[in-house]
Amino acid sequence: MSEETPKSPPRIGVFVCHCGKNIGGVVDVPSVAKFAEGLPNVVFSTDNLYTCAEDGLTCIKDAVVKHNLNRVVVASCTPRTHAPLFMSAIEEAGLNQYLFEFVNIRDQCSWVHMKEPEKATKKAMILVEMGVRKASLLEALEEKEIAVEPSALVIGGGVAGMVAALGIADHGFQVHIVEREERLGGLIGNIEKVYPVKRAASSVISDLERAVRASPMIEVHTSSTVKDAKGYVGNYDVEIQNGGASTFHRIGAIIVATGATEFKPEGMYSYGEDGRILTQLELERQMREGKVDGVKSVAMIQCVAARGEKFTYCSKMCCSVAIKNAIELKTKQPAIDVSILYNDIQMPGEALEKVYTDAREMGIKFLRFPLKARPQVVADGGLAVRFFNESLGADDELRPDLVVLSAPLVPREGAKELSRMLKVPLGQDGFFFEAHVKLRPLDFATDGVYLCGTAHGPKGLQESISQAMGAASRALIPLSNGKVRGEAAVAFADEATCIGCGNCVKVCPYVAIDRVERNGRFVAVVNSALCKACGTCVPACPSGAMTQKSFTDSQLLEMVDAVSQEEA
Amino acid sequence: MADQFEPKILAFCCNWCSYAGADLAGVSRMQYPPNVRVVRVMCSGRIRPEAVFKALSNGIDGVLVLGCHIGDCHYLTGNHRTAKRMLVLEKLLDHLGVDPRRLKVDWISASEGEKFSRTITTFTEQIKKLGPANGGAHGRRG
Repeated sequence: MSEETPKSPPRIGVFVCHCGKNIGGVVDVPSVAKFAEGLPNVVFSTDNLYTCAEDGLTCIKDAVVKHNLNRVVVASCTPRTHAPLFMSAIEEAGLNQYLFEFVNIRDQCSWVHMKEPEKATKKAMILVEMGVRKASLLEALEEKEIAVEPSALVIGGGVAGMVAALGIADHGFQVHIVEREERLGGLIGNIEKVYPVKRAASSVISDLERAVRASPMIEVHTSSTVKDAKGYVGNYDVEIQNGGASTFHRIGAIIVATGATEFKPEGMYSYGEDGRILTQLELERQMREGKVDGVKSVAMIQCVAARGEKFTYCSKMCCSVAIKNAIELKTKQPAIDVSILYNDIQMPGEALEKVYTDAREMGIKFLRFPLKARPQVVADGGLAVRFFNESLGADDELRPDLVVLSAPLVPREGAKELSRMLKVPLGQDGFFFEAHVKLRPLDFATDGVYLCGTAHGPKGLQESISQAMGAASRALIPLSNGKVRGEAAVAFADEATCIGCGNCVKVCPYVAIDRVERNGRFVAVVNSALCKACGTCVPACPSGAMTQKSFTDSQLLEMVDAVSQEEA
Repeated sequence: MADQFEPKILAFCCNWCSYAGADLAGVSRMQYPPNVRVVRVMCSGRIRPEAVFKALSNGIDGVLVLGCHIGDCHYLTGNHRTAKRMLVLEKLLDHLGVDPRRLKVDWISASEGEKFSRTITTFTEQIKKLGPANGGAHGRRG
């Protein structure tokens, strides 16, 4: 591909398309081509029946050679469908493909002004003039190709992390799992059974761990943290720290699977004042250790600290955890009295709905309280739970042997540091925040970094596993391509005029701009591998140092001027 | 009405939403006034408020800034910037002697051809009512 911007003055060729009758039936195409001939820098102008057809493309290629054209303007349909075709045609003729400008005189002219052919023709002329004036200032661009290191880093060795790691390793790429704890397993490693399948959580973990340990492609770093990660998609330099010792790795893609942990509601609901007031996770441990075998009555309280009490969000899986534990208690000792104090029950889907029905049929009581008057727990030698019972419309009191608080999941410690290190955002609740809730739910805005599991927010095991498989396949795109292609029309900061204010750094949606020190002063540097070519940084620059290639200020102002200078 | 005022209208459209909406209006043959000239940018966040002001003070009678709907920006948050910057510009225009009604910011998706056509039509009518920019001295200010 030709990489050079021609040094000789612009020699522009204009090709105006009839598109059969689509344009030619309304716009006087030969007149537009004739008009273009008179525009500055235009050395050749013609009309084609179909510029996109083989003879149209040949016409362009021949004219580039014959008339020594160094810029090409096609006035036809829309760049959204046809730009690549014409760009590759001029490249075949030896021009850089970015020395091309598209003018839309069909979708945005002949088709929408069908009853005003004269005005449509006049508009087509001015649109061509805008295109020609911009084309005079076009420069050759290149799409940077970046090699991708064929290895991945998975941060977090819980279920999501292990599933993601296996997904990548199974495709033959090296994976490093970094787990802060001594063992793999994460949150699920602390629980007894997973519902609705009623499978032992330990068997889920051990199956995954066995596969992870057996994989020759996976290296597990337990009791370790990611100390540092520098770089960009395909090219991260990662430092993994274990105790005092560090190892260094070149990494192509990163998956954040740092998980979540149960909130400890210290100071709420008398938690911490009495050993008989537990969280759900603590209850599971006591059940496993046989410590609750003699208990005759249990009251569980839902939405502790959640949904406006301390955190704004619903933790999504506390309902199923509470109902699961209630069923486990009831199954072991059918005489036990279990009450679940709730405001809303979230048991979506066929399987969980059935668990909820089963719980009610077993005689587990569901007692509703209003969110604005949450239950109170009093440890007065015994335990009292006082609440407003919505079904009775009256104050009510339970005297259980055990109070179990359903507290929400909260982000793991260190999420903030990691977000800063990887330049990926946290939402207002402190969980990692995806690029787009619907369109890119497993990606970060930053290329090469992906997200799965409860690091992203509270969710059940099934959803975490689905996300982990998805995140692995997202990460496999750059890994298996072996390279990523950067945008051509990237932003560029002129270091001489940059005043180092950092405005551009703040507005870039892709964290593609760094403020770095050069010769004793700060300047902005765009990482063209990360730049997605939106140009949002350009208006943010107060010194005029920032430019977006192919959409420069002077190119756009030429187009504006063409319109303002248009004869009325 | 041979010498009826025909305003010059400039529309900055982002490549992914509003420009695609304009294409859809075309594919659907939705007719609208031919006064508008579209300048395509990749993101509405690329549009400099200064360029809008320059256009309005240099003989263009109305400027449309059309981006993706908030939350749908191809570049995640580019149009959030547009929304903020153009809001400031609208306030400034009044002080700079330009009727702020000559600027319209709107969000048009790739599937809203009808909205594109309607936006152009109503804006063109509005500018016709306002009359030429620069108090009727059509053309450029020296």
